[in-house]
Amino acid sequence: MRREGSAFQGLGVVMLKELSDHLTSVRMRVLEWLVVLVALAALYGAIQQIKETTAEDPFLFLRLFTTSREPLPSFVSFISFLVPLMAIGLGFDAVNGEYNRRTLSRILAQPIYRDALLFGKFLAGLITLAISLITLWLLVIGLGLLLIGIPPGAEEIGRSFLFLLVTIIYAGVWLALALLFSILFRSPATAALVTLGLWLFLTFIWPVLAGAVAQIIAPLDPRYIALGLQTPATAEMEQILARLSPSTLFAETVVALLDPTTRSLGPIYLSQLQGAVLGAPLPLSESMLIAWPQTVGMIASAIVLFVIGYVIFQRQEVRA
Amino acid sequence: MNEEIVIEAKGLTKNYGRAVAVDHISFTVGRGEIFGLLGPNGAGKTTTILMLLGLTDISAGEVRVLGFNPAREPLSVKRRVGYLPDTVGFYDYLTAADNLRYTARLIGFKQLDREKRIAGALDQVGLSELADKRVGTFSHGMRQRLGLAEILMKGAQIAILDEPTSGLDPHATAELLAVIRGFKAEGVSVLLSSHLLERVQSVCDRVALFSGGRIALMGSVADLGREVLGGGYVVDIEADGAGLAERLALIPGVSGVEQTGIGKLRLHADRDVRPEAAVEVVAMQGRLKYLGVQEPSLDAIYTRYFETRPNEEMAMKEGTLHAA
Repeated sequence: MRREGSAFQGLGVVMLKELSDHLTSVRMRVLEWLVVLVALAALYGAIQQIKETTAEDPFLFLRLFTTSREPLPSFVSFISFLVPLMAIGLGFDAVNGEYNRRTLSRILAQPIYRDALLFGKFLAGLITLAISLITLWLLVIGLGLLLIGIPPGAEEIGRSFLFLLVTIIYAGVWLALALLFSILFRSPATAALVTLGLWLFLTFIWPVLAGAVAQIIAPLDPRYIALGLQTPATAEMEQILARLSPSTLFAETVVALLDPTTRSLGPIYLSQLQGAVLGAPLPLSESMLIAWPQTVGMIASAIVLFVIGYVIFQRQEVRA
Repeated sequence: MNEEIVIEAKGLTKNYGRAVAVDHISFTVGRGEIFGLLGPNGAGKTTTILMLLGLTDISAGEVRVLGFNPAREPLSVKRRVGYLPDTVGFYDYLTAADNLRYTARLIGFKQLDREKRIAGALDQVGLSELADKRVGTFSHGMRQRLGLAEILMKGAQIAILDEPTSGLDPHATAELLAVIRGFKAEGVSVLLSSHLLERVQSVCDRVALFSGGRIALMGSVADLGREVLGGGYVVDIEADGAGLAERLALIPGVSGVEQTGIGKLRLHADRDVRPEAAVEVVAMQGRLKYLGVQEPSLDAIYTRYFETRPNEEMAMKEGTLHAA
């Protein structure tokens, strides 16, 4: 059975309305200030550290993102905490909020499909996040120029720009998750709590748990233990499991992009090191190749989460 | 009633799993007609409305709204039909006009047309002075009127109103009913649902009484009165006196007397027998406390209908269960 008309009729209208809602909301302003202040603190720490330990470094500018100074974590680790928080903050009441305001049935009685509403909400959230992250990125580049005084090279700009893109994708994963839970749970508070809970689990607990689960699935080999080495099968299983979490995928992608000396994100075998000059940076294209599977993984999980939400939303009753 | 039919439902059915929410209902609504779906909560009124709008799947049966099938051509239906949901909601942080602007953009009206329509609609429901106030400050009655303004702005050919008067004070109800009559004057068909029978009785041309997912009765209020309450008159008397019932039964035209309570009698007659009944009571030196004739009100029709066929209802429900 084919439906008449386009599924995206009204998409632009929904998106613009949601975008203006986001950009004018108090919630967004709080989140933005939080991100800006925290990022500035991390940046300041990084610059102090860089000034103290300046050595010959061809990628000094990238150090801005990755260097940390006790007790503050680096800019990248701050971002990897705060971006999911922002995305969840924007998405947790996207659909159930419409139910609770009792606007959903009125809006869906207009000549649009549910597709337009859901997709418009997702795009508006993503654009809002993108705007904030681009602003933040420009801020960091600008401050870096001012405080370090060395202009970044083309490759450094390229790498940090790719980092920006990957961060937006990462935000999209959490936005899709928040949107899914806002469809599943009628109460925004429940949806927010469950999403935050899942975020905490995937970011902090799962990486630890992955090791334990991996040892159950692929037990440690006593021969390797005797040699004081990791069992390859266990290590590989642990990595596979850990990569189920988008946080792990993001962390690995960022390492590959911002640290040009990263040669592999998995266990390295001796055969791979043959002929390699240790510590020598890879060209950007090689780094992109290393980060590519992780990036695709994040895009795929965002799409899968969105599609699950979409299917559930299509079948949901509109009556409150 | 006009000959042109705008809504036609045939054997419309909705199942939720094994539960039957709407059970093979059929009805038609003509152009410019005000049609009432009446019945208690949970009788299937809202589900029927959602099926007409294509907002919920139809389990069985057929619907045509302005010649379109809501399941296959929902956009065409929704472009021409205005819907006021049960306790309508608006974006509280937006103004009344901005709320309507959002809807107007979704419908696809161009800017000039949009502003003209919004101003006209707000004026018609008496909200033009509050156009730039946030909806958060609006009362329930004002929100309902804003919902009607949305339908007016849309230029809908059919207005579907779900429980428009529930929770409104008498004044707000009267205002709302006036707007609904205005729809009819403009040739807009109105389908409204309500569980408050007497409030909507005055505006409905025809009604369908829902019960357990079925239409129990359908027709104009006058027709239903004749059909259910019989052609005759029902006179209620509250008076003391021994043997009163026997005396009253002898009044010419009285077909039956029944005891409805202690000292309460109900006469069924083919004419208004109040004067004779009063004379009889006084003649017996009985103390007359109440004497009244029943008007054919929807409440009476409804109560009477289900009073007289509780067994049938039970049998019907059991039948449904077996069928399910």
